[in-house]
Parts: sequence; structure tokens; C-alpha cells
Amino acid sequence: MGLFTELKDSISRVTDRLFSEEEPKRIGIYGPPNAGKTTLANRIARDWTGDAVGAESHIPHETRRARRKEGVEIERNGKSVEIDIVDTPGVTTKVDYEEFTDEMEEDDAIRRSREATEGVAEAMHWLREDVDGVIYVLDSAEDPITQVNTMLIGIIESRDLPVLIFANKIDLDDASVKRIEDAFPQHETIPLSAKEGENMDEVYENIAEYFG
Amino acid sequence: MPKATNTDDPEGPDGVQIDLISGERMENMATMEKIRMILDGVHDGNIVILEEGLTPDEESRLIEVTMSEISPDEFNGIEIETYPKSKTNDSSLLGRIMGGEESTAKLTVIGPANQIETLHKDETLISALVSRD
Ligand SMILES: Nc1nc2c(ncn2[C@@H]2O[C@H](COP(=O)(O)OP(=O)(O)OP(=O)(O)O)[C@@H](O)[C@H]2O)c(=O)[nH]1
Ligand SMILES: [Mg+2]
Repeated sequence: MGLFTELKDSISRVTDRLFSEEEPKRIGIYGPPNAGKTTLANRIARDWTGDAVGAESHIPHETRRARRKEGVEIERNGKSVEIDIVDTPGVTTKVDYEEFTDEMEEDDAIRRSREATEGVAEAMHWLREDVDGVIYVLDSAEDPITQVNTMLIGIIESRDLPVLIFANKIDLDDASVKRIEDAFPQHETIPLSAKEGENMDEVYENIAEYFG
Repeated sequence: MPKATNTDDPEGPDGVQIDLISGERMENMATMEKIRMILDGVHDGNIVILEEGLTPDEESRLIEVTMSEISPDEFNGIEIETYPKSKTNDSSLLGRIMGGEESTAKLTVIGPANQIETLHKDETLISALVSRD
């Protein structure tokens, strides 16, 4: 018996070492435009590395290129995981530059929409080829059952990628986490406010546990 | 092979063409052929209805190609809805083990975003409100 336990211990020590020397996992932050993906990526990066990932904005399609923050080491309850965070442009099936012309000059709106379309195409490509896991961010104050969300979750599932659903913006009055849990009961949903930093402990626990 | 695109006079009256594409017709098409057929139809202003829908991988490519074709004042992208509502519900582990290949039998409606004001769906109905300019 003693021998077995010892053997088991030494095996798990070896596998621990193997895993810690593994390439960091590439975790893609996906979701519809404006859900708070960059706000989340920035908070994670700031909490664990000290610097930010990209710009946040109330205007959709602020992120128009996938941006990566490498080697973010997250530790919780003795579990630790090293991840590369990939903040992606919000996925959509349509982009109309006229939606931005209230906020900016027409030229800039056209440029923004062109960059957005390139970014979304790139994000879809990443999803098929380059990510090891997904954090799917939703705005809890919005209806989660949209075609884009259903399609993307379906795409993620068909690739057998591990996915956590983040119900963001729980600080808003009309936030409903339950609506998200009910929409995607097959996945773990974690409520949070990336902006206010609410419930980040549970966020990190889940990341360390699930992607570790 | 006849093309499932607009055969009308291109100036077209204010009608809306609907292409209903059978599962049989899609069966032997490659992914890019399907996507081309869908987007050609949508570029012509048609509503394209697929009897059997697309696989998740095809949907992901459809989004990617749609993005690459968006062009200011010409093409804003697509509206898409599928029925039954959530494919994700029956892609359970058991469903996948039992089913082997994932079934893609889900009616899918796709149209040009700038002409469809609302593509609305509930449990048993997809309704499209198409604008005539
Ligand atoms: N109330 C509230 N607002 C938030 C929260 N997280 C993000 N926001 C706001 O939501 C808006 C969009 O945030 P971003 O982080 O830029 O969203 P995104 O998902 O990266 O958007 P795209 O890059 O355009 O797809 C900004 O105005 C943020 O300040 C949150 O937890 N609560
Ligand atoms: Mg962003």
C-alpha cells in the first residue's frame, strides 16, 4: 500500500512538472460587440501582470484586431495556470458604418467599419485554428438568445473547446444572470462586473480550475 | 446546373425573391459552394431559406466570408435565423455519441441586413419584415 501511494505521488509530481512546462494555454475572449471583453481582458492583465491589453469604449467595435497578452499566470487555491489572453473583436454578421456617424466623421466611421469586418473575420479564423479555450462574455442586461451567440457557442462546442460563460455587467439594474444560465444550461456561467471588479475571486478560481 | 439566383429582370420590381434550397441540393456541395450560393443570393437581395442549414464550421466560414464582402453603402452583411431555436440543446454528449455525425437539420433563413428590418423568431415561427427600399 505504502509503495503504491509513494508511486502515485511521484507520478503526480512528474506530471505536475510536465504540465507546468507546457506551453501556456491560449484563451480567447469572445462575445458580441460591447459585452465588456476588453474591460475584462484589461482587468485580468492588470491584476496579474500590471499592464493593460487595449482600449475600451461604449461605441461597438472598439476592438478591431485580436490582441494578445502573453504569459499571464493566474493562481487560486493552490491551482495555477499560465494563459495567453486573446481579446477579440465582437462578433456580428453585419456592420453598418452609419451606426457610428453620430459619434464620428463619416471617413472615420467607414474606416472603423472596414477594420471591424476584418477583425471579425480574423476572430473567426482564430476560433477555428488558434485557441485552446474560450471565455464567452455576455452583457447580462441584454437578451442572450441571439443568433450570433447561438451560432458561436455551437461553433465552440463543435470544436470541443472548453468554454466558460461570463455574465458581465451585473452592476446594471436590468442585469439577469438567470436568463443567461437558462439560455446555455450546458455550460458554467459566472456572474461578474469587469468594470467594477465584482466577483473577480470566483472568476479567477474558475479560470485556474477550468483551464488549468 | 441552374443557378438559384435572381432570374428576374435585374432592375426588378418591388418584389422579393425567396430561394428555398432543399437539403438534397446542398448535400453534395462543398462548403465554399454553399457559402457562395447563399451570399450570391443575398447580394441579389433575395431571402435564402435552407431546408437543412449549415454545420457549425460552415456557419463560422459564412461569418468570415460575409465580413470580407461588406462594403460601405453596398453590402452591410446578413441577418440569419435558424429553427429549431437552439442547436446547442441537442448537441449533448449523449446526442453526439448516439448521432455520430452531428445533424444539421435546422431550417435556416438568411437575408441581406440592409433590407430585413427585423428577422424575428419564436418557438414555432420565423418572420422576416422585408423593406421595399
Ligand atoms: N456597467 C458596466 N459596464 C461595463 C462593464 N464592463 C464593460 N462595461 C462598459 O461596456 C462598454 C464596452 O466595453 P468594452 O470592454 O470596450 O467591450 P468589448 O466587448 O471589448 O467591445 P468591442 O471591442 O467593441 O467588441 C464600455 O463602455 C465599458 O465601460 C461592467 O461590468 N459594467
Ligand atoms: Mg473590445
